[in-house]
Amino acid sequence: MLKRKIILLLVVALSLASLYLFIHMNFQAMEYLLRTRLEKILAMILCAVSIGVSTVVFQTITHNRILTPSIMGLDSVYMFIQTIVVFLFGSGTFVIMQSDAYFFLTILLMVGFAFGLYQLLFRRGQSNLFLLLLVGLVLGTFFSSLSSFMQMIIDPNEFLLIQDSMFASFTDVNTDLLLISAVIIIVLCIYIFRYRHYFDVMSIGRDHAVNLGVPYEKIVKRMFLVIAVLVAVSTALVGPITFLGLLTANLAREFLQTFRHTYLLIAASLLSVIALLGGQLVVERIFSFSTPISVIINFVGGVYFIYLLVRESKKI
Amino acid sequence: MIVAEKLSKYFGSKKVIQDVSIEVKRGAITSFIGPNGAGKSTLLSMVSRLLKQDDGIVYLDGKDVHKQKSKDLAKTIAILRQSNVVQMRLTVRELVSFGRFPYSNGRLTAEDEQKVSEAISYVNLVEMEDKYLNELSGGQKQRAFIAMVLAQDTDYILLDEPLNNLDMKHAVQMMKLLRKLVEDFGKTILLVIHDINFASVYSDRIVAMKDGKIVAEGPTEDIIQSDVLKSIYDLDIDVHNISCNRICVYF
Ligand SMILES: Nc1ncnc2c1ncn2[C@@H]1O[C@H](COP(=O)(O)OP(=O)(O)OP(=O)(O)O)[C@@H](O)[C@H]1O
Ligand SMILES: [Mg+2]
Repeated sequence: MLKRKIILLLVVALSLASLYLFIHMNFQAMEYLLRTRLEKILAMILCAVSIGVSTVVFQTITHNRILTPSIMGLDSVYMFIQTIVVFLFGSGTFVIMQSDAYFFLTILLMVGFAFGLYQLLFRRGQSNLFLLLLVGLVLGTFFSSLSSFMQMIIDPNEFLLIQDSMFASFTDVNTDLLLISAVIIIVLCIYIFRYRHYFDVMSIGRDHAVNLGVPYEKIVKRMFLVIAVLVAVSTALVGPITFLGLLTANLAREFLQTFRHTYLLIAASLLSVIALLGGQLVVERIFSFSTPISVIINFVGGVYFIYLLVRESKKI
Repeated sequence: MIVAEKLSKYFGSKKVIQDVSIEVKRGAITSFIGPNGAGKSTLLSMVSRLLKQDDGIVYLDGKDVHKQKSKDLAKTIAILRQSNVVQMRLTVRELVSFGRFPYSNGRLTAEDEQKVSEAISYVNLVEMEDKYLNELSGGQKQRAFIAMVLAQDTDYILLDEPLNNLDMKHAVQMMKLLRKLVEDFGKTILLVIHDINFASVYSDRIVAMKDGKIVAEGPTEDIIQSDVLKSIYDLDIDVHNISCNRICVYF
């Protein structure tokens, strides 16, 4: 039953991918079109898998289905970095933002932020994940406010550069970076996938998991760091896309009705691929690039989020 | 053997377990009794490493529980807490299968399946094994959780108020099952029990707690005495001998 549902998702994802690849094909420019489209598809898959996997695991370790890793504040840190760079370098920014060094620097800063939080709160004996998230949230808000303030005093033309990077986009992804990101993301996902049976046990609650021999606190800490790296790489590659994970992780749980993470992780990734490919098709073919994909995803995800909130509050 | 030495636990500034030392013998049922808030659940949680003590050491067969690998411990000691909520959609069988995790790591072998079925039949849930937990009554749910702990097949079994929600028949069956596990398989069982007569009839030893301390401890017949019980519960309790059992009347 579960396997069949996964196959169904796989078929939908593959169909969308081939549609995206071959639609409106111009045979004179076939080679060029195929290459750029394949690159975009790869970027979408990488983003989809990292967001899908990290959100499912994050929800499992926090026992909360309306949270996503973005609550750690990584998106705000990313925006803050972008704003500072534009603020300091003005219109020369575009060149900087395209460079490999900048890519790694943003990853390093985001991961550094997460490690800082981790050191601050986990190392001191008591491991309180929620306190850590709260501090992340507060710092994230602080960075957002700082960014907004700086954006107000920036030249409006330069502000457009920042605005571009506020939204995830798959249109101008650097090929070298794509391959490096692919390697990092694949390695991390394999690492996470090895813990899938532990996640099953962890989802019935901390005490049961400890009783059954799961090194609970250790895994929570490790996953916190791994998720942070995963989200950082994906954000540095394509930009923030907050609600995608919320949407697809929950849809995966609803659709499969299971606690088994072997299937949940795969389904959330596939659903994310479907959402991104579908969204991108709509953006390119219907809105002719006038609306960024993350606006659509965040709109749909946001509506779904409100639906979840209303539904959960009715249960009580 | 379980040995606790000078265990203490603070919640905030309140010391809820105060330098408790205790030895629990193998191959027996030891019941923990005492008023609400005495610290029974806290003590059991520390013994089973769910909760870390602020002071003192717990030895399980001579080794410090906090220094052993969690995975190895899970094959030796199992605990069921007082209240259990699982938010996920799970069938009885899926829940009980979790009990095999220490052995199977999530991939059940034929032997694991066998143990799961055995545990389910111990608690009389065979016909309901494919039902979802949220479709069960309170007592059926409690029995499903007990089955999970039994499937873990450990030498030490700690049950915090296992008779919660059980009707009289199932309560008696459960206690008889526990006795059988002790007599036939040499298990060591620690219980928290509020029904003093169940404690009296089925346990080998009783530990009485009050205000974070052990106030009385010994073979069942030494503890089930009017004067001892009066000091624990501050209640006049008559003890009668009825067909070789010591029965308390306190209404
Ligand atoms: N998580 C906690 N935070 C703060 N105080 C706690 C916590 N757990 C227990 N306590 C306090 O510790 C004391 C002992 O609690 P414990 O649950 O061990 O009692 P108990 O003997 O099991 O009682 P009962 O018979 O009601 O189950 C109580 O005073 C309780 O208020
Ligand atoms: Mg209790």
